[in-house]
Amino acid sequence: MKKNWPLWEVFVRSKNGLEHRHFGSLHAADAEMALENARDVYTRRNEGVSIWVVESKHITASNPENNGELFEPAQDKVYRHPTFYTLPDEVKHM
Amino acid sequence: MMKNENLIQYIYGIADNALILGQRLSELCGHGPSLETDIAITNMALDLLGQTRSYYQYVAQLSGEGKTEDDIAFLRTERQYKNVLLVEQPNRHFGYVITRQFLFDMFHLLLLQNLQNSKDEMLAAIAKKGIKEVSYHQRFSLDWMKRLGDGTPESHNKVQEAVNDLWKFTDELFHMTEDDRIAFEAGVGVDVASFKTLYLQKVSDILTEATLTVPEIKWFQKGGKQGIHSEHMGYLLADLQYMQRAYPDMKW
Repeated sequence: MKKNWPLWEVFVRSKNGLEHRHFGSLHAADAEMALENARDVYTRRNEGVSIWVVESKHITASNPENNGELFEPAQDKVYRHPTFYTLPDEVKHM
Repeated sequence: MMKNENLIQYIYGIADNALILGQRLSELCGHGPSLETDIAITNMALDLLGQTRSYYQYVAQLSGEGKTEDDIAFLRTERQYKNVLLVEQPNRHFGYVITRQFLFDMFHLLLLQNLQNSKDEMLAAIAKKGIKEVSYHQRFSLDWMKRLGDGTPESHNKVQEAVNDLWKFTDELFHMTEDDRIAFEAGVGVDVASFKTLYLQKVSDILTEATLTVPEIKWFQKGGKQGIHSEHMGYLLADLQYMQRAYPDMKW
């Protein structure tokens, strides 16, 4: 194909109650075809119960070059994690 | 009165369509026009081969001669395959692949929807399971018919060419063989002739929506259901049967 179809990002919910997660990307001419392609490419081994697709160009991504200013300041702020509380024994799964 | 042999022949008339179309689609594995359509077509091939296995396992059990599903798939001669001519037609180009699929899917779904009410519990169960798979096949091929027909002038012409070429094989889908009639009268089989009008109406509607012309021809090709196949069938079987013919009883 000389001219590729646009790129789409695929999000799949693997079970009811769980959130949609990014599974990968694929090419398709429009949204309907993207859904069908996603079904064939990403859910053929029973991976999902729901699919979202969004054209990749609609996603605004952070620039890796800015990682220093964006993410490093959070590294030494352990007090932002709720790890300084004593949990009662009855509370599980925290 | 239906004998075992009538039932077996009746099942071949349904199962061989799935095997031969599955084989045709398998030829495209790794050759699809895009990664996505390649996987979609291979998925359909696997669905059809899965259905074939269910039917053939049942035939093996009915025939009671110690036969296996593999013997039935690989060791029959050309005349013993009872698939319709439509499904053995070669891939040529993507327009043919989609048109052949569309013309067959529209029939296949109607067939299974009727077969799920069969008095034969095994056939009813196989049909029920197949309906979901075939509904998706139809959704895929129908969608592509509209895309190609209502797409560019080139895609329109190519898919119209395929429709014109393959149309002569549609009438055979609704022919009733002697075994079909016996199975129908026993409450096991489906009267395919009963939904011919519905089929033609549905297919014509889709073709019109896809801006394609419904061919008007008076003469239709037939023979597959009697085991009299087109010149393409021998080559297809040579591919399909090569391993078992060259290395009898070989196992993976």
